[in-house]
Amino acid sequence: MYSRAYKTLVSVPPLLWVSLFLLLPYALMFAHSFWAVRDGFLVHQWNLQNYRALFTNPLYFQVFLRTARIAASVTLCSLLLGYPLAYYLSFHAGPRKELLYQLVIVPLWVSYLVRGYAWKTILGSDGVLNGFLQYLHITHEPIGFFLYSPFAVVLMLTHIYTPFVFLPIYAALEHIPRPLLEASQDLGADRRATFFRVILPLSIPGLLAGATFAFVLSLGDFLAPLLVGGPSGTMIANIVQSLFGAAYDWPLGAAISVCILLITVSLLFTTERLEKRRSFK
Amino acid sequence: MSAAGAISPQNPPSGSAPLLEIREIAKRFGNAEVLKNISLQIAAGEFLTLLGESGSGKTTLLRLIAGFEQPTSGEIWMSDERLDTLPPYKRRVNTVFQNYALFPHLNVRENVAYGLRVKSTPKPEIAGRVEEALRMVKMISFADARPSTLSGGQQQRIALARALINRPQLLLLDEPLSALDANLRKEMQSELKALQREIGIAFLFVTHDQDEAMALSDRIALLRNGALEQVASPREIYSRPATAYTAEFIGQTNLLRGEVHNGVFRCGSLQWKTAEASGGALFSLRPEAIHLADSSFQLPDTVSFRGTIRQQVYAGASELLEIDCGGNQTLRARIPASGPLTGQHEFVFSADYAVPVTESPTAHASRAMGREPR
Repeated sequence: MYSRAYKTLVSVPPLLWVSLFLLLPYALMFAHSFWAVRDGFLVHQWNLQNYRALFTNPLYFQVFLRTARIAASVTLCSLLLGYPLAYYLSFHAGPRKELLYQLVIVPLWVSYLVRGYAWKTILGSDGVLNGFLQYLHITHEPIGFFLYSPFAVVLMLTHIYTPFVFLPIYAALEHIPRPLLEASQDLGADRRATFFRVILPLSIPGLLAGATFAFVLSLGDFLAPLLVGGPSGTMIANIVQSLFGAAYDWPLGAAISVCILLITVSLLFTTERLEKRRSFK
Repeated sequence: MSAAGAISPQNPPSGSAPLLEIREIAKRFGNAEVLKNISLQIAAGEFLTLLGESGSGKTTLLRLIAGFEQPTSGEIWMSDERLDTLPPYKRRVNTVFQNYALFPHLNVRENVAYGLRVKSTPKPEIAGRVEEALRMVKMISFADARPSTLSGGQQQRIALARALINRPQLLLLDEPLSALDANLRKEMQSELKALQREIGIAFLFVTHDQDEAMALSDRIALLRNGALEQVASPREIYSRPATAYTAEFIGQTNLLRGEVHNGVFRCGSLQWKTAEASGGALFSLRPEAIHLADSSFQLPDTVSFRGTIRQQVYAGASELLEIDCGGNQTLRARIPASGPLTGQHEFVFSADYAVPVTESPTAHASRAMGREPR
């Protein structure tokens, strides 16, 4: 159909792009993780010191664990919010469906940073939430743990990633042929049984996709802990950031990044296989 | 005799109480009147077909019985239990859906077991009944297959087994054969009929295919624009159509419009004795009632006419002729295959086969329901 010249012309730019901005940086990161820093200078000397440090220093493991816990909490919270929302929109919203769908999507157009600062204003000591609680005389002094805590990080990330969880679940629910629900009721299943025996199993691929989004994106997040996390809310990406910045230990930072990358890729791989097994087209 | 006469027994053939009784059901969607005052009874073990064009309301009526729609007015009763106020999952009817609606995440065995599982039937009983149901539809060897790997006909059988395993007294079938190709369709028709005779439960079958309705049904309920046009056995509805619409929808016919005067009906060059009252009248005459005069035998009340062959369509065992009888009158005749015909010929038919029909469907529909028009 197409000439060889045309094929080359259209395939070279994306190939260049991918090599220059994806493959090359990954290769550099991988190489750095096996190098070292001596007297404040990067030396290209192959070694496993960085990985050894990762597994022997308990600090990294602790932050890793906290990061996983926060990511899991965010995933759970956004599933608990996103699934019922998607279910309502798909099955019960009627003519308001389009409007509500847009309302769910609109926050995605607002800058991540703006939303972060908004949470700061809400949760701070003299923020909207504390002011409101004191105005109602429910509390008498500002509550500190609202801001600069893992709680704040989970709250902010849940707010940001719930639409990402909502979308694939909504798509999965919309794809369920409605006669299946009638068939289920016809065979004696009430709404509850129909949900657990037909709707939920058929929405598992969407649910998995959404959960993967929320978990993977939370796992690598560094802005939320930076804005609202405080010292107790520090996550692994913040460690990487400081290693590449003030601490000037690029090799160790690269080693941590390689670990995060491996975890993320294996997670994506696993959930994709699970999704494939659970889809019935 | 009058157009509707005593034909179209609204009540099922057996003398016992009906299994299902539809009482003056009406259904509106917004401003659209989809069903108008439908009353119909189904006997235990009966094969009743709802026949009609798309938009006639036949599927809506089925969905009202299954419980997926609520009637605007009227009631549905099933053996002394009011059905229309129950949710679908409490009704003792089961449905075979148009596109089967098999659960894609369950295999054949799990699909068939679904109804028993939700009712918490003991596991050994489920296993036994699933096997029995799969044997009944000859699909036992596909028990572990996914529905998506099966052909249309196979999916059809699974949908049947899944519904029948619940042992309903009434099975609702919504155009179950319409997605199958012609050969498979004929095969499934006879299997379906045999199965219905064997298990002896009532079938309410929806179709737009009049041949299918004729082949399968004990009775046919013909729907038109949301009203019952005629309810009768296939033989009756074909040989004694009550309305012009019925006569034209089921099979082919010649509609002869004319005048009755002193007990004689006249239409163009044709005339015969009739019991119809004086005034305008309409008769239906099936093409196969018309014979070539020279091949003819003695017919009672014979009407004969001369006509010119306009067109001849060969159809294997028979030929369809278009006969110009003069005076702008054209009749269609179906005669045994007899070689090419041209020019003028003499034709005959028995006036007994000319059936008086009414043009007004509403007047007839209420008579068919066994009530006088209000």
